[in-house]
Amino acid sequence: MATAARKSQKSQQSERPSDKLTDDQLLQLYKSMVLGRKVDERSWVMNRQGRAPFHISGIGHEAIQVAAAATLRPGYDWFYPYYRDLAFVLAMGMKPVDHLRGLLGKAGDPSSNGIQMPSHYSNAKLRIGSISSPVGTQVPIAAGTALASKLKGTDEVTVVCLGEGSTSQGDFHEGLNWAGVHKLPFICIVQNNQYAISVPMEKEMAVKNVADRAIAYGVKGLVVDGNDVLACYDVMFEAVQRARNGKGATLVEAKTYRVTPHSSDDDDRTYRSRKEVEKWKKRDPIMLFEKVLFERGILTEDLRQEIDAWAIQEVDQAEEEAINSPYPDVSEMTKHLYGPMPNWEEA
Amino acid sequence: MAIMNNIEALRTTLRQEMERDPRIIITGEDVGPRGGVFRATQGLYQQFGEKRIIDTPLAELSIVATGIGMALTGYFKPIVEIQFADFIFPAFNQILNEAARMRYRTRGDWTVPLIIRAPYGGGISGGLYHSQSVEAFFAHIPGLYVVAPSTPYDIKGMLRAALQLDDPVLFFEHKKTYRLIKGEVPEDDYVVPIGKAALRREGDDLTVISYGLAMHDAVKAADVVAAEGIRADVIDLRTIRPLDKDAILNSVKKTGKALIVHEDNPTVSVSSEVAAIIGQEAFEYLDAPITRLTPPDVPAVPFSPPLQDAFMLNPKKIAQAMRELAAY
Repeated sequence: MATAARKSQKSQQSERPSDKLTDDQLLQLYKSMVLGRKVDERSWVMNRQGRAPFHISGIGHEAIQVAAAATLRPGYDWFYPYYRDLAFVLAMGMKPVDHLRGLLGKAGDPSSNGIQMPSHYSNAKLRIGSISSPVGTQVPIAAGTALASKLKGTDEVTVVCLGEGSTSQGDFHEGLNWAGVHKLPFICIVQNNQYAISVPMEKEMAVKNVADRAIAYGVKGLVVDGNDVLACYDVMFEAVQRARNGKGATLVEAKTYRVTPHSSDDDDRTYRSRKEVEKWKKRDPIMLFEKVLFERGILTEDLRQEIDAWAIQEVDQAEEEAINSPYPDVSEMTKHLYGPMPNWEEA
Repeated sequence: MAIMNNIEALRTTLRQEMERDPRIIITGEDVGPRGGVFRATQGLYQQFGEKRIIDTPLAELSIVATGIGMALTGYFKPIVEIQFADFIFPAFNQILNEAARMRYRTRGDWTVPLIIRAPYGGGISGGLYHSQSVEAFFAHIPGLYVVAPSTPYDIKGMLRAALQLDDPVLFFEHKKTYRLIKGEVPEDDYVVPIGKAALRREGDDLTVISYGLAMHDAVKAADVVAAEGIRADVIDLRTIRPLDKDAILNSVKKTGKALIVHEDNPTVSVSSEVAAIIGQEAFEYLDAPITRLTPPDVPAVPFSPPLQDAFMLNPKKIAQAMRELAAY
């Protein structure tokens, strides 16, 4: 890894923050990953059944997402997700039915009540900011939010996610620049899954690590194995501490892989080999974490099956609820354009 | 009552409102110790400090985006300055796809109470890129308010109104009016409602609809032709989105003739929209074709003095168009 963006020596030598996680907390991380995965897999099924017009998947990204969520204070810290953050928003307090209502364009989806495409998450009560589809726009917006927290004198942290493809946008550059100039309580998590739809990383950038760019903005850059949930936790723990204690911003790059096509409308066989995909499936973050939990005696085969059954039941219930939800009334289309106009009388 | 020019009215109102509301923050290029290239924020940094008057990187996209991010928290009411309207386009996506759509796409859960100020317009030797009129691009966007006040009275009243809204406002100031236009500014806390036009001259023969610097030229033209016996209503739109349809239609139904005058390009412009409204809702009242007077449909104002003069509207050109329409 590049010198500018390596894990700090300190965290390698001393006790890792994840060493302090209790067995219950570790199992909670695992359950979050499994739940995110099951909701995602069900979304694919519903799409292939012809019931959901579109799905965009986060399968393979769960480790960094649930690890990051575990280091934050949901509803207190500000979070700007991107469209692969299903496991992340669930871990922050959104419900499987929220995602599945969105998937079907049903009423009651807190993200947008059927206005936006699926996976464009938002939840004001949880301080989960709303995202659009032009990528990277959320980065400088998140910098503004972090600046507001700082000027207000709070210790809130703002986290923003995006894929490595979006880091080619000017928005990313400008947002990171603000984060450096104002030493913001800001963490930018790049989930580097190595493809911008079909374009491989070497055609996106000339550097090996997105986080190598951090030094140019005066922020800390950290690279982590995005499929190793405990390593992700360690890195995020450090980043959150820096942000919370006024030490400034961090660019976290989680190296992972998109094992699915870009979306339900994509066919990734046209641009990458099955061999490559199969190789990465063997590094599935849930499988890797199971291995650790088995080794530590925290997970047993019985418990694994129990957790699986629990997650499937959650998804079954959510699916039923989403299917039985009404569509938004057509009158919704012309609502929420503007807030109420004050009752002005000209002097 | 104080007599001020437009920039003094702007600066004074910014100061008064910041004194009143600690949530107001100003950001932009050179808004700090320099006080803005047009002096809109002169003295404010010295009074309110660097936490409320924030000099930014030279990057319009993130000036707007960070304003959105601050507004979303509800902690602050940002007023961001784009130094010249010509430079706003790196931020166009942030304005169109983020600020303007936020309320709609979240069903009102998130709102963006953000004011984006931008000097626009020509006649100051600014050439292609310091003279543009950009309002039509933004007037097309549901979710935005677009205003273009052009008197000291309106600048105060409409800035105060904009600060009371919970949605993004594009606040366009014609830069040639900054020091050219003077007027009385009352000290009391009045508001000029967003979405309400003003009648600057009154007459039965034709209606002139305008805004910005061109509106001031139209008033002068109306005074000239009045001496010839042509009496015109001169409407100052003041707000571009939403347009004051009642003011437009009431006047045109009275006069039967409409001349729309602005400095922006004619194609798919404010005059296109005003003409469509009149054509659709006052057709039976018309005694003449709906007429437009604008500069030629070229990119913006050329630099060379004779070309700039040829581009810009003036009272003489407007008076001539008024005579022709009155004679129809």
